[in-house]
Amino acid sequence: MNRASTAWLFLAPALLVLGAFFLLPVLAGLGLSLTDYDIYALADIHNLRFVGLANYWDLLHRRLFWAALGHTLYFVVAGVPLSMLASLGTALLLNSSAARFKPVFRTALFAPVVTTVVAVAVIWRYLFNTQYGVVDFVLTHLGIPPIDWLGDPHWAMPMIILFAVWKNFGYNMIILLAGLQAIPAELYEAARIDGASGWRQFRHITLPALAPILLMVGILTVSGYFQLFAEPYVITEGGPLQSTVSVLYLMYQDGFKWWNMGTASAVAFLLFLVMFVATMALWRAGVSREDAA
Amino acid sequence: MNHAAHGWRAGIVLAVVLLMAGCGASNPRVITLQFWTVGQEGDAVTHLLPAFEKAHPDIHVSVQQIPLTAAHEKLLTAFAGGSLPDVTQIGNTWIAEFTALHALEPLQSYVAHSQVIREQDYFASAWATNVIDGTLYGIPWYVDTRLLFYRADLLRDAGFDAPPRDWAEWQRQMDAIRKCSHGTRWGALLPTNEYDQLLALALQEHAPLLRDGGRYGNFESAGFKRALAFYVGLFKRDDVPPVSDVQVSNPWQAFGRGEFVFYLSGPWNIGEFRKRLPASRQSEWSTAQLPGPGGPGDSVAYGSSLVILRGSKHKDAARKLIEYLSRPDVQVRFYELLGDLPARRSAWGSPVLEHDPKLRAFSAQLEHMRPAPQVPEWEQIVNMMQDVAARAIAGQLTIDEAAAQMDAQADTILAKRRWVLDRQLQSGSRQ
Repeated sequence: MNRASTAWLFLAPALLVLGAFFLLPVLAGLGLSLTDYDIYALADIHNLRFVGLANYWDLLHRRLFWAALGHTLYFVVAGVPLSMLASLGTALLLNSSAARFKPVFRTALFAPVVTTVVAVAVIWRYLFNTQYGVVDFVLTHLGIPPIDWLGDPHWAMPMIILFAVWKNFGYNMIILLAGLQAIPAELYEAARIDGASGWRQFRHITLPALAPILLMVGILTVSGYFQLFAEPYVITEGGPLQSTVSVLYLMYQDGFKWWNMGTASAVAFLLFLVMFVATMALWRAGVSREDAA
Repeated sequence: MNHAAHGWRAGIVLAVVLLMAGCGASNPRVITLQFWTVGQEGDAVTHLLPAFEKAHPDIHVSVQQIPLTAAHEKLLTAFAGGSLPDVTQIGNTWIAEFTALHALEPLQSYVAHSQVIREQDYFASAWATNVIDGTLYGIPWYVDTRLLFYRADLLRDAGFDAPPRDWAEWQRQMDAIRKCSHGTRWGALLPTNEYDQLLALALQEHAPLLRDGGRYGNFESAGFKRALAFYVGLFKRDDVPPVSDVQVSNPWQAFGRGEFVFYLSGPWNIGEFRKRLPASRQSEWSTAQLPGPGGPGDSVAYGSSLVILRGSKHKDAARKLIEYLSRPDVQVRFYELLGDLPARRSAWGSPVLEHDPKLRAFSAQLEHMRPAPQVPEWEQIVNMMQDVAARAIAGQLTIDEAAAQMDAQADTILAKRRWVLDRQLQSGSRQ
């Protein structure tokens, strides 16, 4: 037995599992997206039609699909930088030598990550209620007119973004904190001796040292945020006026509520394409910057 | 099928045990009937079943409760996986869908011979929701409709002694309520993400919502447009707040505080209001038949039915169970346990129902109900209708534009149905 076949033999179990539980379902999903599989087809397979790319074509002509894509992009473009900034900011604070009670703060800031979306979302619904919510209560006392967070289509998505950032920043914070702690203290010491300011230390030591971790965290966050679903599902139910319907929410509605599996699969593959392009672009940008540095 | 295999295995185990024990005294041929319920009914029905099992020692009923939010998915998935039960409770708006799947057993010939189930004793519209293309597929278990809950004291404050009888009067009353409370009190609460209210108003107009045998949308009919214009007008006149369920966290408390006077809702709220409002408020709220375009109007015929699944191996036992649960005395007991309204008129003669003042409007409304269109896609269409109506409320669409949108989207949703129906026609004409 040569080395190559030995290697394949060792890989075989993993490949089999991957093939059976990942590759096959993906291919089946792709096949499904080329048909009009629905409850009529479920009743009688003769009602199944091969429709080619018609599902994709119809989606590209559907107002709600573009709206959902727009809402998802809005969520990603606004949510990811905010989330990363919050993670980096809190990680820097926790890593600072001036910080006290570090374990307490670390736990408190990480707590939202381990809470259940559904339970917390219900509480947020109360917090942001126009009539009884504490958020508008505080705003009114600051002289700002109350905002109809749940009823105004312009404010529902910002609220969802706030919620997602609050819920998720702790996770990246822990990863970035580990990255910060791995930066050798001598570098900062040398910089201080050279008279570098705090900002210049951050700009020329912390950021370059963190760059690979930031890139990884960024890619993970982007792909996670593209899959926005639970937040609008629980807090706003897609409303008001469908202003928080995300691509995944649309897929859920088409697939599991109305049982149009063909359309839902097409939505899934379009989302995959968008996410693939976005993460590739991010990765390319990150790698070329590292090469330049 | 799953349950059949279970029963078979259990039978063998039982037989082996009996052989080993060397006695054959107990009856090994007890069959287990799988019965699925949706929502709270499962709890209540367990109190009714001991009497049934006592009368039929050869039948054991195994109840599985499915939460309402997961019921539709669970039933469809069970159909796809071939693991449906023998009998299930099913919302009457889903019957068309499961009939399209050929999942339900026709019940016509059985009912013709039944001593207990008599069609003329059932509320006509509730019965009609179970008849698809002339064939009966379900027996109404309990009925449900939408009508007005209102605060009689606040209505009196605004100068009216009786609830409204028609749309014009309803609007006048709400205008007066807004005026005399200086805008602090709303006329009604009609959450903009619930389709029941607009659907009930639309059904009053007697214009079919779909046309050509459910092939196309018919939302551009004059009747539907009138209902839509009235509904949207309530928001435009500032009588009703443009809020969704999400924004009203506790409608019962808000009703108790008098934030709005009318609430268009269903029978379960009788129990909720009795439970949640203080004793001092109990005499101040009441129910009334839904006002129509010209006098007391129709409402929508909702409710749950009992159906037998086509794949069941115990159809006889299933029929006995349905017959038992349909007995008027059992229906009354069921009402006492849960508050679900009996589907049979004779059960309404019982003192607990007849002498309840809050139920009087319901017993009138149940005689004036109309079923929603019976096509498998209805749930999707009616959700779409409300999404478009909400945009009209927000001022993004005029009434005509909204109606045209609804028709266009309904036609898209019904495209596959048209194809399936045409194919059936062709193969029918070939034969």
